[in-house]
Amino acid sequence: MNIPIKTWHFHGGVHPADGKALSNSVPAQRAPLLDRYTVAIQQNIGAPPKPVVAKGDAVKKGQLIAEPGGFVSAPVHAPTSGTVGDIVEVPGANGGAIQAIEIISDGKDEWGSGLDPIPNWKNTDREILKKRIAEAGIVGMGGAAFPTHVKLSPPPEKVIDTLILNGAECEPYLTADHRLMLERTEAVLEGAAIAAKILRVDRVFLGIEENKPDAIAALNEKAGQYGVTVVPLHVRYPQGGEKQLIYALTGRSVATGGLPMDVGCVVQNVGSCAAIRDAVVEGHPLIERYTTVTGTPVANPGTWILRLGTTVEQALTFAGGVKTRAAKVIMGGPMMGFAQTSLGVTITKNSSGVLLLQWKETAEYSSNPCIRCGRCVRACPMKLLPGPVSVMVESENYDEAEKNYVMDCMECGVCTYVCPAKRPLVQHFRRAKAEINAKRRAAKAKQA
Amino acid sequence: MSEEIEKNNVALPEPGSLVLSTSPHVQDGDSITKIMVKVLICLLPAVAASIWFFRFDAIRILVYCASFCIFAEYGWTLATRQRATVGDYSALVTGVILALNLPPGVPWWICAVGSIFAIIIVKELFGGLGQNPFNPAAAARVALLVGFAGPMTQWAAPAAGSLISGATPLGAIQAAKGSAEAIAHLGAPDNLMNLFFGNVGGSIGETSALAILIGGLGLMAFRLIKWQIPLAMLVTIFVFTGIVHMAAPGLTPNPIYHVLSGGVMIGAFFMATDMVTSPITPLGALVFGALIGILTCIIRIWGAYPEGVSFSIVIANALVPLIDRMCYIRPFGWHSHSASALQIRRGEIK
Repeated sequence: MNIPIKTWHFHGGVHPADGKALSNSVPAQRAPLLDRYTVAIQQNIGAPPKPVVAKGDAVKKGQLIAEPGGFVSAPVHAPTSGTVGDIVEVPGANGGAIQAIEIISDGKDEWGSGLDPIPNWKNTDREILKKRIAEAGIVGMGGAAFPTHVKLSPPPEKVIDTLILNGAECEPYLTADHRLMLERTEAVLEGAAIAAKILRVDRVFLGIEENKPDAIAALNEKAGQYGVTVVPLHVRYPQGGEKQLIYALTGRSVATGGLPMDVGCVVQNVGSCAAIRDAVVEGHPLIERYTTVTGTPVANPGTWILRLGTTVEQALTFAGGVKTRAAKVIMGGPMMGFAQTSLGVTITKNSSGVLLLQWKETAEYSSNPCIRCGRCVRACPMKLLPGPVSVMVESENYDEAEKNYVMDCMECGVCTYVCPAKRPLVQHFRRAKAEINAKRRAAKAKQA
Repeated sequence: MSEEIEKNNVALPEPGSLVLSTSPHVQDGDSITKIMVKVLICLLPAVAASIWFFRFDAIRILVYCASFCIFAEYGWTLATRQRATVGDYSALVTGVILALNLPPGVPWWICAVGSIFAIIIVKELFGGLGQNPFNPAAAARVALLVGFAGPMTQWAAPAAGSLISGATPLGAIQAAKGSAEAIAHLGAPDNLMNLFFGNVGGSIGETSALAILIGGLGLMAFRLIKWQIPLAMLVTIFVFTGIVHMAAPGLTPNPIYHVLSGGVMIGAFFMATDMVTSPITPLGALVFGALIGILTCIIRIWGAYPEGVSFSIVIANALVPLIDRMCYIRPFGWHSHSASALQIRRGEIK
């Protein structure tokens, strides 16, 4: 489908140096089988899953090892066959320590997920497909890790007319979705068709930034068969922000505090779509993903297909280690990723990249006063007033910050990226949001 | 401490040397210092024009004001035991803009009083860069004009080029007031050309509209100023004086004369646009520029002073918090297609 689609421009945004050339032409490589995996138990937003295996149990590849702890939760599966080891503590990508199940590989890598393939999904009941997606442990693989089956179960009063596939990959450096769309084009599109069937929509857009012409060409070739319209979008961070993407593709703006389904849209990451296809057509649960290991210090930057439970140290070893000194190891991209102090962090369902930065490339912050240059106001994709609001937060005037819509901040970081005074703006907003949420919880508890 | 640890013959980062901080991990590399240097570059045409027209007087005033501003700020941070801030060049920018606002004949102590007033009273006492409600150079010019009216109104004709008269173009309006013929003579094309190139009496840096315009376009190219402010200010002055000129030809000359004369150009591009003291929203910037334009016209045409740009900027500076409050912007999704609106459009809910 080469019909030009009308697109809309969201407000603001920035064009950071994207660094994608380091890894975007390297085909994804399958990582060799490791002796040991530490699979984090909670890899989703929502309720933590409960382990269902004990030390010494034999498991097959794809076997359930932790069951969902509620509706908004996702099960976890063994990345390879072998035996269950201890429940160990590993460093979490967002800080602190998290629980992980150790799987000692037996080297056979035998499948045994207990999920039957459903190749004829077109004639299968929607509820069965939805159940399969829930069983396969699929979550939003772009970063949020929100369980996919919940997104595909909108309340009956919400009318959904558009499914949006997020292939923007606007974060600098990351090329995992790019390689995935190029190499597993049909898997992405078939997964989208399955999701469209579940949602009963016939309008499916795939938003992709124009800096991936090879992926756009590959997608365009096949998209028609699956009823997907590929829409090239301007290269502008945060084009892949959910509300920005919906606006760019449909011209609909999600109300402050609202959800995409309020405007008839469901947004899915392209990686999640490929995972949906694998779960339905192959009967494979989500146990591996495309992850970019990149950055100027990395010896051989590229994209790897990593099993969940691989450590960052192992991922870096696959990439040949570092050739220059790295000051930062980041899970995710440079704009919204999390810096790490340990290489023992594990790859989880939402690990889109491992990024290393040199000292000279990293941001430095200071508490210089705001000079009111207004660059943050021009750049904010949510049309907030980052500079003035940060001054309110500095004086702990959270009520005023709330009145100025600080809760609508999605922490994309563009204000902080452009600030010439190098103020930690988004850091102030995170603090304000935490304080306001705590206050709201306290007020709610008082009412109850 | 080794930089990396070796494992399986592969060099890996040493965890103990990794930096932990929150996102974003990259910045676009601009800084306050770089902004100030760019502003100084954009001031160069006006500085060059001032030296061309006023020769040694201009150099003298520029050196005095720049030095006094830098010393005032350095001395203040030293005396109050704060981190030295002269390195960000904002004091130098204030000094240069203040110098460009002074008449060619002012004694050294006027430069000193103006610089110290701008830096200490207007800027540092309010908390330093970013905290001052008033533009330091505009406020200092107003203070000097009110406090030392004598030396501040000793105008000399430019040394270069042909002499027109000792008075400033705005002084000439006062002299010609009441006579439609004399006023029309002021607005003659050759007079306007002199105003445009700067071959007239006035403060050393404000006479050449051309030089300021070049610098102003530079400011916009560097995206250092909100274009809404000079646009709104110049259009308002043009329209306002145009209407008055047509209604009463004997009262005030044509609008081009007004836009090119006095401090309008330097005010519009270099003083009203001061980031710290102007509104942060685009709509606010339009309102702010228009307000300065209206106030300038009122003071020029009906006020006691021949010139009103600095007064207008200072008055408008005081109103910035109010303007920002009135011209707020709604966040994305504030008036959105809500679920019901969408469904109404699609005929699913009546």
